[in-house]
Amino acid sequence: MIHPADLRARAEALTGPLPPLLAAAEHLATTVLLGEHGRRRPGLGDEFWQYRPARPGDEHRMVDWRRSARSDAHYVREKEWQAAQSVVIWPDNAQAMRFASSKDLPTKALSARIIALATAVLLIRGGERVGLTDLELPPRSGPLQLLRLAEALSREDEALDYGAPETRGMPAHSRAVFLSDFLGDIAPVEHALTRAADKGVKGAILQILDPQEEAFPFDGRTIFESVGGTLSHETRKARDLRDRYLDRLAARKDVLQSLARTTGWQYHCHHTDRPGTAALLWLYQALERIH
Amino acid sequence: MLVLGPIGFTAPWLLLGLVLLPVLWILLRAVPPAPIRRLFPAVTLLLGLEDEESETDKTPWWLLLLRTLAIAAVILGFAGPILNPDSREDFGSGPLLVLLDGTWADARDWPRRLDRVEALLDEAARAGRPVAVATLTDPAPGAPQFQPAESWSARLPNLEPKPWSPDDAAVSAWLDGLGNDGFETFWMSDGLAQPWRATLLAGLESRGEVRVFESPRPIAVLRPARFDAGTLILSGARAAPGEATEFTVAAHGLDPAGTPRVLARIPLRFDQGATEAETEVSLPPELRNRITRFAIEGTRSAGAVSLADDTLRRREVALVASRDDREGLELLSPTHYLEQALEPTADLIEGSFDDILLANPDALILADVATLSPAEQAALLDWVEKGGLLVRFAGPRLAASDVSRDVEDPLMPVRLRAGGRSVGGAMSWGEPKALRPFGPDSPFFGLDVPGEVTISAQLMAQPDPQLSERTIASLADGTPLVTRKRIEDGQVVLFHTTANAEWSSLPLSGLFVQMLERLAISTRPTLPTLEEMAGTTWTPNQILTAFGDIEDAGVFPGVPGEDLVDATPGPDLLPGLYAGEDRRIALNVIGADTAITAASWPARIPVEGLAVQRETPLKGACLTAALIALMIDVIASLWIAGRLFGPRSGAAAILLTLAFAMPAPPAAAQDSDDAFALAATHEVVLAHVVTGDDRLDALAQAGLLGLSEILFERTSVEPSDPIAVDLETDELAFFPILYWPVSPEQPIPSDQAYAKLNTYLRSGGMIVFDTRDADVARYGTSTPAGRRLQQLAASLDIPPLEPVPEDHVLTRTFYLLKDFPGRFISPDVWVEAAPADAERVEGMPFRNLNDNVTPVVVGGNDWASAWAIDDAGRPMYPVGRGFAGERQREIAYRFGVNLIMHVLTGNYKSDQVHVPALLDRLGQ
Repeated sequence: MIHPADLRARAEALTGPLPPLLAAAEHLATTVLLGEHGRRRPGLGDEFWQYRPARPGDEHRMVDWRRSARSDAHYVREKEWQAAQSVVIWPDNAQAMRFASSKDLPTKALSARIIALATAVLLIRGGERVGLTDLELPPRSGPLQLLRLAEALSREDEALDYGAPETRGMPAHSRAVFLSDFLGDIAPVEHALTRAADKGVKGAILQILDPQEEAFPFDGRTIFESVGGTLSHETRKARDLRDRYLDRLAARKDVLQSLARTTGWQYHCHHTDRPGTAALLWLYQALERIH
Repeated sequence: MLVLGPIGFTAPWLLLGLVLLPVLWILLRAVPPAPIRRLFPAVTLLLGLEDEESETDKTPWWLLLLRTLAIAAVILGFAGPILNPDSREDFGSGPLLVLLDGTWADARDWPRRLDRVEALLDEAARAGRPVAVATLTDPAPGAPQFQPAESWSARLPNLEPKPWSPDDAAVSAWLDGLGNDGFETFWMSDGLAQPWRATLLAGLESRGEVRVFESPRPIAVLRPARFDAGTLILSGARAAPGEATEFTVAAHGLDPAGTPRVLARIPLRFDQGATEAETEVSLPPELRNRITRFAIEGTRSAGAVSLADDTLRRREVALVASRDDREGLELLSPTHYLEQALEPTADLIEGSFDDILLANPDALILADVATLSPAEQAALLDWVEKGGLLVRFAGPRLAASDVSRDVEDPLMPVRLRAGGRSVGGAMSWGEPKALRPFGPDSPFFGLDVPGEVTISAQLMAQPDPQLSERTIASLADGTPLVTRKRIEDGQVVLFHTTANAEWSSLPLSGLFVQMLERLAISTRPTLPTLEEMAGTTWTPNQILTAFGDIEDAGVFPGVPGEDLVDATPGPDLLPGLYAGEDRRIALNVIGADTAITAASWPARIPVEGLAVQRETPLKGACLTAALIALMIDVIASLWIAGRLFGPRSGAAAILLTLAFAMPAPPAAAQDSDDAFALAATHEVVLAHVVTGDDRLDALAQAGLLGLSEILFERTSVEPSDPIAVDLETDELAFFPILYWPVSPEQPIPSDQAYAKLNTYLRSGGMIVFDTRDADVARYGTSTPAGRRLQQLAASLDIPPLEPVPEDHVLTRTFYLLKDFPGRFISPDVWVEAAPADAERVEGMPFRNLNDNVTPVVVGGNDWASAWAIDDAGRPMYPVGRGFAGERQREIAYRFGVNLIMHVLTGNYKSDQVHVPALLDRLGQ
């Protein structure tokens, strides 16, 4: 059990070096709450957009006298229309994620949670609304939401051996981030992504793997077991399996990548022995890249 | 016993176990290695993958072979294999006497002889024969005790060769005590002909069969080195003439640092067919005097070692005369005749008192030297007490002085009357006096007194009670001419006349040389005669073992001198170095004319060599091989199972490390002295003396740190962090400078610490004393710190001091300085005084001052406080006020820089006064 405060502190530390994340806003018809996303058109907001000549019908108080004094005409100061965006996160909570090959490495689940919360910190700092994909925690903004997120992410629930993404709490045209090892059955992932595409939701898939899963450094007679103990496989010469295993792993990554491509998502693979900053930076750019 | 080729088995039935090996093979083959269970989330990707090879569940064949071999080695090992089994059935019967000569000639291959004896004992044990072992040099009295061979095996290591050969009487006494019972004899001969061999052989043959063993190695010995017409001759001999051979003789001795080492290697060549060899040794006298022994390299035997004694030494005699102003009158020089008399037989040293006493001469001659400074007197007395021989000659100065007038001077044998007397001169009546024949108590006893030796002037002794016993030579009228007094180990001799021919004709005669010789001032060239040795007692200093090693004599009793003349070593007279009253005599195993001949045996006696084919049990080797094979099996098994490398191999690796951990010697604890030396020498390091006052030590540390920083910034001197030096425990030689803040509470260092400090000062070190009280006192004893400084420095070897003169090199080694402030400004900074004759040469800005670094700088300006900085690099203590204060701190730093530069570069800046002259010369 990770203490929420600790989890949040580590996530905040991870976000330190990055500027507030401003996810690109596309056509968000439904999410009209004011936020800090410029809509590239005049509207309600805080940021200066343009001066336009005053037209009949403009109130006097709307005239920018300072600008007008420099010329003969009257000008009105317009501001940019700003809107906030909803981002939902799915950190895989399955038992398979609770694995670390060495004591020095974090478990995959911990990596996923820290990166997830760090992303949330950045997003909330940027004025976005962040939530989880299950209905428990709908997207909201503000620092209080961060606390709720940290609380929810720190929970260690009973879980299946391998997880499947939840899409119920995903508002239409929002953004989503899936963090998982994607080692279980691929069909639910495929289903979730197509449903998300149907709803106009775009986002990023971050596959988190342990270095041992990437390298398969085994030899000799071995019985491999899943963390939940539901699956097992025995081999007499583990080294011989290595090449075929790596082929299968590459194939799995390919499937995820092509799925992402067809649904307009982004895919990235993160290893738990690498610093989380790289993954966070990629997420930051991935959420900006979506237009 | 089952014998297969060269190998026999003591328990051959166990070999049947080898039949089981194929069964074991099949059993082992059937058992595959156990699987490892691993958590692995990506197992989903593995599902459905089949193993390609189906064979790997069986143990690989080579591992099986290894295991089978290990088991086979165990079975073989317990079957008791023996290499070269001795299958002889007949080992003889009846009692067996193993007789060893046990002389020095045996020592060269003693371990092999013992091996041979052990082989004999094994044989005897197998045959159940009683055995007795005896050595001729150390025979057990009475008939030999025949005992079971096993009881002798344990006692064999106690047998030792002795550094002498048994003599006739001892051997025949032992032979008589043998009794009449018959026994067989194995005689381990040393291979040298001895007069008693034939008798002993006959006696042993009358009691049973005799077999003789001899080592085939040739025997070579070294005879004592001798002087022949001024050159050192080294000679050797060998028992059997043979091929031309060259041996190397090493001359061992102490080097100037007192470490024993080989001083020279001399080749000694035996020509073909020759049994004697001789070579000349040409070595410098200093080196030759230090030789303690010669030894043939590569031979461990007392015969190959020849100890050197005083006959090889030339004595070192130091001559000190009073200052001689009469130039050119060579024959009137007080030491001329002494030099003439001593030059052929002794090495003469001249120089100042300090230098002479450091050279530690055998004798010191003071020719007409009256007064000595208290320090010189103390040093001289100390030297005499340790065995020095001080010889003084009278003369006009001694006659005019008050030395030993009322109270006996410690360095004078008697009290003297004022003025002396003149007999037979132009202004006196009477004839010059002749010498009275020497009495029996005198060291000169036996010397002929030539009639022409006359004394015309002498110093008279006061008639004290001890005068007669101290007189060793007197004139015809009974007045003393030579008196002697013993001081502990040494002695003082006074000739009451001059060492030149002014007061007497004694120095012109041969008697003078003989007297010097008798007083052991000059070297006695020959061995003492029987008469000289009669009644004297000589104590052994060093003892030579049969193996040629030198051992401390310890508690061996002294021997009468007569025994040492023409002596051969025996049980009562061990070879070694004997010390008498004034000289040392070496008694070597091999004398100048000891005969060395090979032993000859009658044809009926079989003579065997030492070589024997020994039985070698192979059990241990077999079991070791099995163990090693099993160890390899452990590694291989881990490797096969994938547990040696890769994840989770930690436990296995630890087990392996434990299994193979050799009993490595414990890592030598890092010697703290070495660490200290390294820290002190890898960079220039400033050091301060630990005073015991923590605050003061911290201040000194911070001060030197500040100075180090300044040096690092401004000069090419880049010191590392300063070191605190404990005078009692730390080596001082590493530091160019010691800063010593003086506090009134500081304890006085121990004598050893002072010895270290004085060595440090003499070898170019510098101590900066800082009384830190210049604000309240001028330099002197008026403050507690000043008084303490006086007490601290009392035992230090400090030259005369003076306040820093204007042109001292300290004023210009780096910065040009006028005064040397610290936290206080006081002009009283003292350094070594310039020599009295230093003068300013016309046209030079400075005097040409002393050529040394001043060993001390004494002041009270509290420099450390002015230099001190804290961790952040800020000054720790205020200096003065405002800008003027900072200026003063800057000057203090400059003084520090100058000080370090002075220590490191000496008078380099002082030499710069010659630059114009040098440039001038280069221009031409």
